[in-house]
Amino acid sequence: MYWEIEIVLFVFLITTALISLFVKDLLAAVVTLNAFSFISALMYVVMGAIDVGFTEAVVGAGVSGIFFVVLIFQTSRRSSD
Amino acid sequence: MKITNWLLLISFGALLVYASFGLPNRGDVSANMHREKSLAGSPGASSYYIRNAYRDAETPNMVTVILADYRGYDTLGEETVILTAGLICYLILRKKRTKLDGKKT
Amino acid sequence: MLKYKFNPIILLVSRVVSPFIMIFALYVIFHGHYSPGGGFQGGTMFAAALLLIRLAAGFDIAQLQFKKILGTPLGSVGVLIYFGTGFLAMLSGGEFLNYHFLPFAGFKADELRSLGILMVEIGVGLAVLAILVAIYDDLLEGYPHD
Repeated sequence: MYWEIEIVLFVFLITTALISLFVKDLLAAVVTLNAFSFISALMYVVMGAIDVGFTEAVVGAGVSGIFFVVLIFQTSRRSSD
Repeated sequence: MKITNWLLLISFGALLVYASFGLPNRGDVSANMHREKSLAGSPGASSYYIRNAYRDAETPNMVTVILADYRGYDTLGEETVILTAGLICYLILRKKRTKLDGKKT
Repeated sequence: MLKYKFNPIILLVSRVVSPFIMIFALYVIFHGHYSPGGGFQGGTMFAAALLLIRLAAGFDIAQLQFKKILGTPLGSVGVLIYFGTGFLAMLSGGEFLNYHFLPFAGFKADELRSLGILMVEIGVGLAVLAILVAIYDDLLEGYPHD
């Protein structure tokens, strides 16, 4: 029914997942992971599970991003590559 | 070695795609889980929930009734898991920890 | 290392935005009977509003809003509200978590079930809110902040 929207969302989903896997900077990886979570929330909404999409948007794109950023700022990279 | 990894990955992906063809379509009315009675003849749960959720709990949102009323034990276990996660973070990450000989570090 | 630098634009924007997020979180919790949402989502949004102030204004100023020592006890209170609703129904003759037997006079059976769902959602929201803020405070523990 909404297959055009779903194809666009799938393309963005795979793109953000690959970027967050292969990028070198950890902060950029966290931001693209948040984008991945938000796009998966949009896909849940398109499929009709609004409650699951709401939970995914709030938890995955909101709070876990804050936790990841705080953890990255508190650890230091020892090797200089 | 790398070729073996890629071959394993591609064959596993092809297996997953092949297995997904056996699933019912999304929103299929005649799928097994949406039937009134299951294959063994027992009445299905989903049709009961859809029919009786508003009459039982005076609440239009069906998901809330299922999560908090019909399946209350599941939400209770979820709460206990979250409380346990918070307590473990408090116990591991707190500042003053005593060594084995009892001195504060 | 997380160094706090005073930035008036970020502080002003988060001070303006944070109360609206709180109001919407309370709406999501208390309107969960009629629209998508519920205790978990509302509690997480409330925790996100508190964490926004904590990130923008620094750790010491945010203690005026939500004290660090309050985290784990409030989470326990939230879980106890859930358990208490179950035991309240059990003490007045029903099964555990059977809201039909809640001892409130003047309600019919379906309204009683609706009230029980509301009590449970408040407990869930309080627990999730307090424990997410407590996890953030524990992550910052032991490091020099500000």
